[in-house]
Amino acid sequence: MRLSYPADIKVIQLPCTGRVDILHLLNAIEDGADGVYVAGCLEGECHYIEGNLKARKKVEYVKKTLAELGIEPERVEMYNLSSAQGARFAQIANEMVDKIKELGPTPVKNNHAA
Amino acid sequence: MIVADRKSLKEILAMVEDNKKILIAGCKGCVTVCNVGGLKEVEILASSLKIARKKQGNDIDIDIKVLERQCDTEYVAEISDIVGDYDAVLSLACGVGPQFLSEMYKDQIFYPGVNTTFFGGATRHGVWEERCAGCGTCAIHNFGGLCPIARCAKSLMNGPCGGSSKGICEVNKDTECIWDAIVKKKMEAGKLEDLIGVKGIKNWRTARDGGPRRSIREELVQGNI
Repeated sequence: MRLSYPADIKVIQLPCTGRVDILHLLNAIEDGADGVYVAGCLEGECHYIEGNLKARKKVEYVKKTLAELGIEPERVEMYNLSSAQGARFAQIANEMVDKIKELGPTPVKNNHAA
Repeated sequence: MIVADRKSLKEILAMVEDNKKILIAGCKGCVTVCNVGGLKEVEILASSLKIARKKQGNDIDIDIKVLERQCDTEYVAEISDIVGDYDAVLSLACGVGPQFLSEMYKDQIFYPGVNTTFFGGATRHGVWEERCAGCGTCAIHNFGGLCPIARCAKSLMNGPCGGSSKGICEVNKDTECIWDAIVKKKMEAGKLEDLIGVKGIKNWRTARDGGPRRSIREELVQGNI
């Protein structure tokens, strides 16, 4: 297929999005990420029954926290796709990057950045 | 357990506005069980506050420490070596915690990060309800094991008021009329007559009305057991 997606994205692999923690998302924002998205399996098709559903709830929690802090909640998103949907993966990556570019750089200034 | 709700980020940020380095002190007791002041919540709050302050361009250093309990001096003493290193300490324990901390470390500032609400339990995941008012004279055996002091809006002792409708309290549509539940339970058990006797006037001196309370267990004070 040789699909390309933006180089702005750093992929972190997990066995299941159920492993995603609120702190993983918050720490990414804290450390200066402009946006974070979780790409889980299609709803109803989690190998661990409800890992992706739990991930969505955690994403929602972080969105709420960011809104409370005056930061655009759209910087954190949850997507669902299957491992067979390569084209969809690239599409989501482009969508997310476009959205973050529209929002601009994170307002979380990291004065200790390496 | 003692149930609490975390204060809003806005309120907490206002408290620590002038501080550059703080300690967030969690508690492994009740507030861990009610998911408001345990390790996870302490870490989430620390990250949230750091994000907010970075956004303001006014970074804050935050360390975290979760004490076994903040309502026992032996555990409160565990931070004696580090407590002076901070501009302030934000406690996520119930209202007892920051007071025990304040009493032990008189030169430090302690902020309460939670609003302590009631004695209760979880009726389902994420939902806690009040069950005890700590009135100091438990009599729930007279009411089918259900407490009208804590669970009736008026703490009535001799039956429901006129505001009870279809098992719901007039104060809040989500609040059951505990007297309705007490009567139903007694009827189902065929023991409605248990409720006939008039309960005398309650002595409220054992409750908060008698002023701050103290419980002394002489055998423990003397170290006999």
